Amino acid sequence: MQRIGVFVCWCGSNIAATVDVEKVARVLSQEPGVVYSTDYQYMCSQAGQEMIQEAIREHRLTGVVICSCSPRMHEATFRKTVEKAGLNPYLLEIANIREHCSWIHKDKLTATEKAVILGRAAIAKVQLNAPLTAGKSPVTKRALVIGGGIAGIQTALDIAEAGFPVDIVEKKPTIGGKMTQIDKTFPTLDCAACILTPKMVDAAQNENIDILSYAQVEKIQGFVGNFTVTIRKKARYVDENKCTGCGLCTEKCPQKKIPNEFNLGLDNRRAIYIPFAQAVPKVATIDPNHCAMLQKGKCGVCAKVCTAGAIDYKQQDQLITREYGAIVAATGFEPISMDKFDEFAYSQSPDVVTSLEFERLMNAAGPTGGTLLRPSDGTHPHTLVFVQCVGSRCDGGEKGKSYCSKICCMYTAKHAMLTREKYPDTEVYVFYIDVRTPGKSFDEFYRRAVEEYGVHYIKGMVGKVTPQDGKLKVQASDLLGGRQLHIDADMVILAAAIEPDKSARPLATMLTASMDTNDFFTEAHPKLRPVESPTAGVFLSGACQGPKDIPETVAQASAAAAKVIGLLVKDSLTCNPCTAQPDELMCNGCSSCEKVCPYGAITYADKPFRGPNRTTRIRRVAQVNPAVCQGCGACTVACPSGAMDLLGFSNKQIMAEVDAICR
Amino acid sequence: MTYAYFPGCTLKTKAVDLDRWGRESMEALGITLEELPQWQCCGAVYPLAKDEIASRLSAVRALMAARDQGTPLVTLCSACHHVIKRANCDIAEDETFRSRANAYLSPETPYSGEAQVLHYLEVLRDVVGFDNLSRQVKNPLTGVKIGAYYGCLLLRPSRQMAFDDPENPTILEDFLRAIGAQPVIYAQRNECCGGYVTLENQGFARSRAAAVADNAAAQGAQMLTTACPLCLYNLQQGGSLKTVYFTELLAQALGLKEGAL
Amino acid sequence: MTDWSSRVQEISGVNPRKCMKCGKCTAACPAYDQMEYHPHQFVDMVQTGRVEELMASKGIYTCLSCFACVERCPRNVQPSSIIEAVRLAVIRRQGGNHRKPDEIPALLNEELPQQAITSALRKYSKGG
Repeated sequence: MQRIGVFVCWCGSNIAATVDVEKVARVLSQEPGVVYSTDYQYMCSQAGQEMIQEAIREHRLTGVVICSCSPRMHEATFRKTVEKAGLNPYLLEIANIREHCSWIHKDKLTATEKAVILGRAAIAKVQLNAPLTAGKSPVTKRALVIGGGIAGIQTALDIAEAGFPVDIVEKKPTIGGKMTQIDKTFPTLDCAACILTPKMVDAAQNENIDILSYAQVEKIQGFVGNFTVTIRKKARYVDENKCTGCGLCTEKCPQKKIPNEFNLGLDNRRAIYIPFAQAVPKVATIDPNHCAMLQKGKCGVCAKVCTAGAIDYKQQDQLITREYGAIVAATGFEPISMDKFDEFAYSQSPDVVTSLEFERLMNAAGPTGGTLLRPSDGTHPHTLVFVQCVGSRCDGGEKGKSYCSKICCMYTAKHAMLTREKYPDTEVYVFYIDVRTPGKSFDEFYRRAVEEYGVHYIKGMVGKVTPQDGKLKVQASDLLGGRQLHIDADMVILAAAIEPDKSARPLATMLTASMDTNDFFTEAHPKLRPVESPTAGVFLSGACQGPKDIPETVAQASAAAAKVIGLLVKDSLTCNPCTAQPDELMCNGCSSCEKVCPYGAITYADKPFRGPNRTTRIRRVAQVNPAVCQGCGACTVACPSGAMDLLGFSNKQIMAEVDAICR
Repeated sequence: MTYAYFPGCTLKTKAVDLDRWGRESMEALGITLEELPQWQCCGAVYPLAKDEIASRLSAVRALMAARDQGTPLVTLCSACHHVIKRANCDIAEDETFRSRANAYLSPETPYSGEAQVLHYLEVLRDVVGFDNLSRQVKNPLTGVKIGAYYGCLLLRPSRQMAFDDPENPTILEDFLRAIGAQPVIYAQRNECCGGYVTLENQGFARSRAAAVADNAAAQGAQMLTTACPLCLYNLQQGGSLKTVYFTELLAQALGLKEGAL
Repeated sequence: MTDWSSRVQEISGVNPRKCMKCGKCTAACPAYDQMEYHPHQFVDMVQTGRVEELMASKGIYTCLSCFACVERCPRNVQPSSIIEAVRLAVIRRQGGNHRKPDEIPALLNEELPQQAITSALRKYSKGG
């Protein structure tokens, strides 16, 4: 005979304001098998937990139902509570009467009725719960970082420092990411390359770090502690071990007119190229789409000039398979396309540029050698107009993003200040909706741009840019001045919204990691677990989780590394005991479950079964490896004969809950 | 192939060139534009008020007739296109308008936006095809630098008009390329010509038209082309460039219309 | 007393609270110099209940209905529908027509397309 205890939590007023908790406890006490039922202000408090433990001992409870917040919040807490009182932790059920009930209802009568129903379903289920024991699975002591920008580099360095091997997979020919393209950093104005390149070199020289550049993840299998990842290392047609990075090939290659991605197409590169001087690894890469040898079989200049014999036109993509205990997504961001915002004439005039392009135009290693020149005619610009929030803070639709891109206010202040500092003969206008500067020394920085550098900050927006007679005619509003402005500008700089890198979405699918509607990775908890994905063993670093500046990115990168290290130091992990279990007598060996299993946990075995008249028949039946099974339940629905069941969530238990709800 | 055609009032009087050369060219390209029987004025301006039902009814009537004929409804005048297209969106999306319009008109089969509204240029692009059109050109307008003037009504609001990119449209430029001309891109091509305000405030309308034409001229345009009679009027009044209907250029390229540009 | 603010919101179907006060509508407006109040002010003044000031302004007849403010508004507020609703609030009143139909012929000329005349009637008078 079951002896079930019911504990209804008030959660202060979170539940009790909308649900008559005393009534719930009273009504549930009448349910079959319930021998004890009570309510309490905070069940998760020390006193609340002790009350549960005392009740277990005093009333010799065989099952516990707690009506409280979501099991995502406190299931682990209460499992420990009942375990300490000598009850198997899986003889506990939680009825979620907060998120599923009190928070979404206003009417107390309705909410109370629903809370009773949810409690009743949990009681029906717990009657059928069986004690379960968790097993152990080993942890592969190696981490994978996907993305080699400042986020990925910092995460990898921290993990490597702790003594664990870590691989960085970077899709571009060099690590470094967006920060390599940035000129100066706010609010200190130190040179981005000066602080980044030492870290890139550290990563390259750290013996625990393996950089797989010009590579991408193709396939991810397994689960926390035991991932198997297939990585495609794209053919760069240059032997990385032989190339010395001398760059001679990149000077002699006759294909000269290829837009240079590193400078955002503001100048050209050759078909064989090294993205920039401090690239890591510093080896050349052949762009197969533009190489005459690879396209037409004619040329071979680079091979002729290479004294190291590193050129290999026959090189093929390589598939590498490795095992990892943890995976970190650090895929970063991209500025959005300006295609849908041609009121600013981005497609009509080369003098309308994005802020990232402006970084290159200010950078000593950029296409103009650091002298700010108008792209159209190479002359010195006198009037510059910066437009903030281009594509940020938009109301849905295809045009723009709903969120604030966060970094634009500060980099625009930086651009405006640097322009005025280097070229005091310029007039610089910044059109803003709001200036957002919540960060250490940020507002002081912005004020300096206004007060010391004389940047014209104008509350308003640009409505139209008309290129005419060698100028950009800017029509804008000055809301505080109460006028429409017409400025003849030489350059217009657009602070384009940022969005997650395009590679993030397919990666999330491979990782079974969740994303928000904007394709930013979702964190396990927005406040308390900000660097973990809800998928165990997957961690988040940098702007792939949301817009961030460099210090925030680095902080999050180190936090993600700490979480990875915390996982990798463990020799084994406690498995989830709620795994699939086949009823071998019912299994007909059809392989349906094997096909849907995302973890490769199901295999088949030929087993002898007793037939009629003392005969023995060999039948092919499913076997589940409980160390690999993650309890997703896909197989239980796929099984046509109903042979597959999930421990802790058996078909019987689920049906008992449904019956209780429908009663 | 035959499509239902809504010419609109102005095309019967002041803008006969837009209409005539449009029909003859389409005929030459293998498509007959058959005027809707007993069509009425579209209303010229789209009523922005949610509670204005009656002023949208003549557009609904035309749409219904096209639905009953089972062909798309082709328009040529930008204003007619704007009104009819938006009325069609309204009746599909706004339940109040749909039920009230149907109650007024009480058709045999209630109308809820089934007809397809096509602008003449969309027929050229999507049915005839610009590649195909360029093969049928007899007198290519080689070397003529023409600024396409879109104005407002074809493009905006883009969510309903769904005609082209509202800030960077290409359909008229692609058309100009197909007939051998050289399109000139200028930013003011989608800024207002002065519209109906020309009636009360001629000076202002003229300054708008001048801003458009000056920008086009500065970018190298020798002439402008448009699909809207009111735009044409304003540009002729206030602009410094010759302005013609795009159907005139088409007819000329197809060898139907004589004379120099 | 008429609650003009609610009336205008009802006629236009626009919720002025969606506005984030960026002023892009006013930046885009080609009729700026012809209007005492500008698109962002229409949105703001309808929200704060200052509709009668707008109704008394001449600018409601110079809005071109070009929809540049609608297209470029990042928040999908549709200022031009608000301006139109204010205009309608005026001309729907007894004797509120901006122009009587018999005044129109004097404004015409030989070349003017019919489209302009119908548009003006619609914009300037009740049930034009």
